[in-house]
Amino acid sequence: MLTIAGLTKRYGGKNAASGDLALNKVDLTVPNGELIALIGPSGAGKSTLIRCVNRLVEPSAGHIALDGTELTGLGTRALRHARRKMGMIFQDYALVERLTVMENILSGRLGYTSFLASWARRFPPADVTEAFRLLDRVGLTGMEDKRADELSGGQRQRVGICRALIQHPALLLVDEPTASLDPKTSRQIMRLLVEMCRERDLAAIINIHDVALAQQFVPRIVGLRAGEIVFDGPPDALTPETLTAIYGEEDWTATIRAADETDE
Amino acid sequence: MSEARTWSPPPLIRNPWLRHGLRAAALLYLAAAFSTIHLNPARLAQGLDRGWAFVSAFGHPNIVRHGQEIFEGFIESLTMTAVATAAGVALSLPVGLGAARNLAPGPLYALCRGLIAISRTFPEIIVAILFVKMFGFGPLAGAATLVFATIGFMAKLLAEDIEDIDEGQVEAIRATGAGPFQTLVYAVQPQVIARFIGLSVYRLDINFRESAVIGIVGAGGIGATLDTAFTQYDFETAAAILLTIIGIVMATEYISSLVRERLR
Repeated sequence: MLTIAGLTKRYGGKNAASGDLALNKVDLTVPNGELIALIGPSGAGKSTLIRCVNRLVEPSAGHIALDGTELTGLGTRALRHARRKMGMIFQDYALVERLTVMENILSGRLGYTSFLASWARRFPPADVTEAFRLLDRVGLTGMEDKRADELSGGQRQRVGICRALIQHPALLLVDEPTASLDPKTSRQIMRLLVEMCRERDLAAIINIHDVALAQQFVPRIVGLRAGEIVFDGPPDALTPETLTAIYGEEDWTATIRAADETDE
Repeated sequence: MSEARTWSPPPLIRNPWLRHGLRAAALLYLAAAFSTIHLNPARLAQGLDRGWAFVSAFGHPNIVRHGQEIFEGFIESLTMTAVATAAGVALSLPVGLGAARNLAPGPLYALCRGLIAISRTFPEIIVAILFVKMFGFGPLAGAATLVFATIGFMAKLLAEDIEDIDEGQVEAIRATGAGPFQTLVYAVQPQVIARFIGLSVYRLDINFRESAVIGIVGAGGIGATLDTAFTQYDFETAAAILLTIIGIVMATEYISSLVRERLR
């Protein structure tokens, strides 16, 4: 279970009072195995929020606890241990382009592997077996020796999913997984992500700006606007009014209807 | 129909006084500079004769007369080049890492940038004169010069490549719980290694060319042999040496371009 309480983040600024307020006293609880879609306009703080959880971004104030471990204030070493329990998936895949697919997947095990062993690419057989199993599962059988920059966008994101899952995380932090993909591939990737989370009883926070996609795949939607949570509920509870509260004034009727149609 | 309008790009310097003033000053300076060159036709004719004696020697180079010395000179130069490139490249690694702003802490960054600046400020020939005074005549001074120059060259380019890497890949590896050295090996090294190897091979042919030049100030190698030939007005031997240098430089350049091609 992930508990976020009073999470605040200010960028820049010499002291706590100046600088841009990206997150303002956010409270959010994600029970084990629950999927959350985090929606909101660009700059609302979605990316900052999930990066504060694994502390790629240092929170300015507040508490974050994963399964009872307080993450804020952890030392370097303890933080690295805590990060192993959180898999991350990125908008632009963030694969190491010049490494092979297998190296990219196995890099998810770096936190469990000694420096020399990882340098020599000598990962334990159990990890390699698991990597092959994941490759098969996401439909990339036989691609292990391809270099990451030879793959298509959808294939790269599948590798990204494998890299996050081989960590055996308790939580997935997913940052705009489909923003660089075409609509069909986006749906395939979302379906795969949701299935994989269900198989493993894995909790996930999925940042996504495609409202229809969020409604179609994720049972709980959280709306963020200007660093504050303005909506938290099931997909059906999203109305033109709530969307206006999240994104601002716009004609939302078509968006809602599109979601209804895909549900049928 | 509306009236035809004209447009011309705005001048680089907006202020017309400044623009025309600078132009006039530049012309005046050029005129003054040319007026200080005193051409003496008699001296020029004499020089042309000697110049022609040198150029015509290329029509009948003589590699046999001092064959032994030439052979030994080249072996010495090639040895200097190989040793100095290997040592210089190895030493440039830590300096280059330390000089990358996105990796190194402040004081280390300043130190490494300082080292690079010193190495790059002094031309090889000046450094060679200094090292000849320190170590005496011979290839040791030459090799030391080349090592010194190689560190500055390679470390600067490596540091700049590291500063240009895609931070997303670094973030992704850090998010897995990897340690700092694992992050270096998995996220930074793959992004810079191909160019680094290519530049090392390129530096190898620069070092060979430089080894010929610094030999003239007593730092050993083929340059020393060349210098002896010139002082004895033995233009045929000098021509043979120069032609051999050109041949070797072209061969190494061809090989290094092949290597770089393969490393894409």
